[in-house]
Amino acid sequence: MSEDRGHSHEHPHEAAGPGGESGWYARRTRAIEALLVEKGVLTRDDVRGQISYVESRSPENGARLVARAWVDEEFKRLLLSDTKAAASEMGLDASGPVQFVVVENTPEVHNLIVCTLCSCYPRAILGRPPDWYKSFNYRSRAVSEPRAVMREFGLELPEDIEVAVHDSSADIRYMVLPMRPPDTEGMGEEDLSRLVTRDALVGVSVPRFEGARA
Amino acid sequence: MTSERFTTGDRVRVREEEKQGHVRTPDYVRGKLGRVDSVLGEFGNPESLAYGGSGLPEKPLYKVGFRQTDLWQGYAGTESDTLYVDIYGHWLEPEEGE
Repeated sequence: MSEDRGHSHEHPHEAAGPGGESGWYARRTRAIEALLVEKGVLTRDDVRGQISYVESRSPENGARLVARAWVDEEFKRLLLSDTKAAASEMGLDASGPVQFVVVENTPEVHNLIVCTLCSCYPRAILGRPPDWYKSFNYRSRAVSEPRAVMREFGLELPEDIEVAVHDSSADIRYMVLPMRPPDTEGMGEEDLSRLVTRDALVGVSVPRFEGARA
Repeated sequence: MTSERFTTGDRVRVREEEKQGHVRTPDYVRGKLGRVDSVLGEFGNPESLAYGGSGLPEKPLYKVGFRQTDLWQGYAGTESDTLYVDIYGHWLEPEEGE
């Protein structure tokens, strides 16, 4: 598709975010984008391509990786040691400059992910982070009072479980490998993946199986 | 400011520096004692990359673990609760370097 590389402020796609299409941030973003295009730093197609890339990612990808790890010990080892290779094995291209680390919940340790500086998140796998993940409230309190934050999400952890918070403020993006819920022995990979929510991949929640024996 | 090299298990202190601009070392761990949990690799220096610089030389990145009770007064949790932050080598010094 040919693009107008001239100094046009017409825009081919919808601006999103606070303030909407005509808000200050949207106008500022469009102005910067127009300048970058004009200077040849990037093209409109680059921008569109990046938007499509992020839009094509979703928490279901993370859920599929987790479910596979639950049923396949070898895959689990790969997921924990080389996340990109594990993703690639499931047909998911997570290549790129960013590195991933998957942290495993155990009966002794529960992991929680936050980025206090901005909104670092494993976007190449899970897509865009939820709004609360970017909120000042979550970013400040997840490090200083993680147990209270998880309680607000409905997760009360016993005192004998260590809470490990990961502040992903540099070049690594983190994802949690939650524990497989009890009484799910007979379930297949696809059914298992439906138990894994986005919140469980961040660590503010854990997968639950409604049919669990009391 | 030289980049120190560390290995897993090393006791380190985060440098207590006031540096403006694009810095990835959170304020709340500056001056605090921690332990190197793992060595994450070498990455372009964000303090250079953010301003159009080359990011070179690359900086070693460490996952450093802190005891939550060392970070927050009146921390509501257990002694074993831990906070991990990824910190570049030039922000760390050996504990005995004090």
